[in-house]
Amino acid sequence: MSFEEKNTWIYALVSAGAFAAYVVTILGRAQGIPLAEVPYVGAMLWSIGAAIVASIVGRVIVAVVWPRDADRTDQRDREIHRFGEYVGQWLVGIGAVAALLLAMAEVPHFWIANELYLAFVLSALLSSAAKLVAYRRGFQLW
Amino acid sequence: MKPTRVTNSIRSLRFANGEMTQADLADRVGVTRQTIIAIEQGRYSPSLEMAFQIARVFNLPLDDVFQYPDSAT
Repeated sequence: MSFEEKNTWIYALVSAGAFAAYVVTILGRAQGIPLAEVPYVGAMLWSIGAAIVASIVGRVIVAVVWPRDADRTDQRDREIHRFGEYVGQWLVGIGAVAALLLAMAEVPHFWIANELYLAFVLSALLSSAAKLVAYRRGFQLW
Repeated sequence: MKPTRVTNSIRSLRFANGEMTQADLADRVGVTRQTIIAIEQGRYSPSLEMAFQIARVFNLPLDDVFQYPDSAT
C-alpha cells in the first residue's frame, strides 16, 4: 500500500469518525429541547478542527512508521487523487444547492449548517472510496 | 472499470536483468513500488514519458516493453 493510499484511508476514517462524534454530541445535547435549538457551532468547529489535526498527525505517523515510502508521490497517485476529487465534487454541488434551497425556505441555521457539513463529509467519503477502488482495481481516465 | 488494453513484459524483463526487484525499478524510474506492481498487473497504463523511462532502464525500444493488440476485442 503506497503512502498516499494509506493517507486516503486515514482521511476517510478521520472524516467519518469526527462526524460520528459530532452527531453523538449533538444528539446528547438534544435531551428535552428541539434539535434546531441545540448549540452546535462549538461542537462543529471542534469536530472539523480535530479532523484536520488528526489527518495531519496520521500522515506524520504513517511517514514515521514507513519512512521508505514517506512523501513519495508519483504520477499515478496524482491521477488517482484528481479522479477521486472529480467523483466526490458533485456531492459538494448537491450540498450547496440544497443549502440554497434551505436558506430560501428560511429554515433555521442549524439545518443549513448541518446539511453542509454532512455534504462535505459524504463528499470526502465518496472521493476516498473512489480513490481506494482506483488503487485496488485500477482506473482509466478515458 | 474498463481494463487497459496495454500489456507489457516488465516482469520477465526484470528477471532477465539480474532479477531486478520492483523496488529497484521503481527507484530508477522515480515512482512508487505500488505503481510498478499496478503496471505489471495491467491495472495502470503509464504515461508515454514514464513508459519511455521504463524502457530506457532495460535499454530496449518502447514496443519491446509495452504492447498494444492490433484489433479491438
